[in-house]
Amino acid sequence: MQQAEIIPHLFRTEYRKIVSVLCKRFGAGHIETAEDIASDTFLTASQVWALHGVPSNAVAWLYRVAQNKAHNYLRRHRLFETKISPELKHSLPSNTDMDIDLSPKNINDSQLQMMFAICHPSIPPESQIGLSLRILCGFGIEEIANAFLTNKETINKRLFRAREKLREEKISIELPAEADIQKRLDAVLTTIYLLFSEGYYSESQHTVIRRDLCSEAIRLCHMLIENQNTNTPEANALLSLMCFHASRFDARVDKNGEPVLYDDQDTSLWDSDLISKGAYFLNCSARGNHLSRYHLEAAIAYWNTQKEDTREKWEQILQLYNQLLQLEYSPIAALNRTYALARANGKQQAIAEAEKLKLHNNHYYYMLLGELYTETDTATARMHFAKAMTMARTAYDKKTIQSKLDKLR
Amino acid sequence: MENYLLIYRSEYKAAPTATPEQAQAMTKKWMDWISGLDAKNQLTDRGNRLDPASGKVLKPGNVVTNGPYAEIKEMIGGYSIVKATSYDEAVEIAKGCPIFQVGGHVEIRSINNLPM
Amino acid sequence: MEEYALIMRHEDGKKVASPEQIQQWMKQTMDWIGGIAAQNKFVSGTGLPFDEARTVTNRDAKKVVTNGPFGEIKETIGGLIVVRAESVEEAVEFAKGCPVLQGEGNSVEVRKIARKDGMH
Repeated sequence: MQQAEIIPHLFRTEYRKIVSVLCKRFGAGHIETAEDIASDTFLTASQVWALHGVPSNAVAWLYRVAQNKAHNYLRRHRLFETKISPELKHSLPSNTDMDIDLSPKNINDSQLQMMFAICHPSIPPESQIGLSLRILCGFGIEEIANAFLTNKETINKRLFRAREKLREEKISIELPAEADIQKRLDAVLTTIYLLFSEGYYSESQHTVIRRDLCSEAIRLCHMLIENQNTNTPEANALLSLMCFHASRFDARVDKNGEPVLYDDQDTSLWDSDLISKGAYFLNCSARGNHLSRYHLEAAIAYWNTQKEDTREKWEQILQLYNQLLQLEYSPIAALNRTYALARANGKQQAIAEAEKLKLHNNHYYYMLLGELYTETDTATARMHFAKAMTMARTAYDKKTIQSKLDKLR
Repeated sequence: MENYLLIYRSEYKAAPTATPEQAQAMTKKWMDWISGLDAKNQLTDRGNRLDPASGKVLKPGNVVTNGPYAEIKEMIGGYSIVKATSYDEAVEIAKGCPIFQVGGHVEIRSINNLPM
Repeated sequence: MEEYALIMRHEDGKKVASPEQIQQWMKQTMDWIGGIAAQNKFVSGTGLPFDEARTVTNRDAKKVVTNGPFGEIKETIGGLIVVRAESVEEAVEFAKGCPVLQGEGNSVEVRKIARKDGMH
């Protein structure tokens, strides 16, 4: 790896580890200090390495510099506090407390605990995702802004609010008590899933960033599964779901960056390795007696990796959506369910049920109606597709609708 | 732990004859009973009380009647879902229900997940 | 928006159905509920197997446990779902799609849920 590439690469993999360990050591109220020291470490590295070349063990070098900077900070901090309030002297960290533990175990534990701190219920979801990207995934502010199709100021504001909350609420960096873990884990899983969806469905043109978002979400979920306290059926189901989706990442876009519709995808480009991983974790998720939305979505995603249309496939997908909607309604699940109904029970029944959905603000609704009327009533189908076209926002959706309209002629 | 559905039935005519004081005393008994289950971690879902005045019954062929007062003297007043380790324990739980004081009874049913 | 309970009553819960009939009927029930849930009108629901039912009654100040539904009630409740609806008419429309009505003598009882008054 060239020197120009090695720092961004190490930043992506090591920054988050240093921040998590330091933050755990200093407390969540000092998250900015932890971030500053970590950033400063990389600044030093870029200056020193430019002059002397990259050291043979670059990671160990970074850790040593981070440790030194953290020691200096703690020393200054102690000096400051002894001067202000000498009576507190005895309660200050002793020299052994000054140790910054960058062992693999502590790095892993700190990151896992950080995940729970960031996904604390008092922090708004959009800030949770932003801070996760920054602290847990080592994303730059500009990258986060690109991923969210917004500007750096907005992201900075969100991160600021999140850090403020961590301080105000005195959120501790530790795994929640066993009784709370399930409930708190729900928020962590939601954030991971949002992170993944942001990468998978984002309108952003930055394919590299989008792919990184997806793989980071998968990595974080992996961390949960590696720890026995957080290795729950739900976490396995979410990981399975993400693996199945991610398996189509390469097939979804052609050489020119144009989107390729599911039906037109080259299945040889589907990542069979990820599909097997998805199946493995789906299997692991099948324990306990709680059926989560992730279980159902993972099972639906599994059937979507089976390209061959069989009656069984659509009947299974229909029943999975029937159950998913009982657990949690969403317009997109209602629309997908109705499409599956058409494939399993016929278009006539599906049209009757589609008309009852009344999702008039949703262009996917008109795409579904257009699809259902195709073959039986071309004029009505065209009317619905045309309506959908006026509402569609992304190039992907417009292209999909256009190809449907073209086929109607 | 399994979930069991308790269906509360009583005679439709019993309720309207109660004085406001009697009704209030009854409400308190229900609240005490339900909160007692909750406190013992025996309650999965408080369930619902069904409005006695409005009901419809649908029969095959889209026949809709007001009801079910005509056919059934003992109508469903409400239901709850309780947690128990066995059917017998669920029955024991049901025995504490205040509905017995107004001549009603409780049907205890094991539950399976949908489909029904 | 109000909530209504749809109570499925079978005239004879002991009637034997073939496994194919049961499967077909389960699919129809799931599709019926899925259609309600797709309109964001499904609240909760539960199925009740027929084979076990017990009733506790009070006879001469003694709690008596009997198997099966009580006394004059021949019908067996097969399941219960709660839906959201603007009116009892809309709730009745949902009930009309219930596959239980394919069986002669079966019925669906539609009952408004009493407002949460602390009694429950």
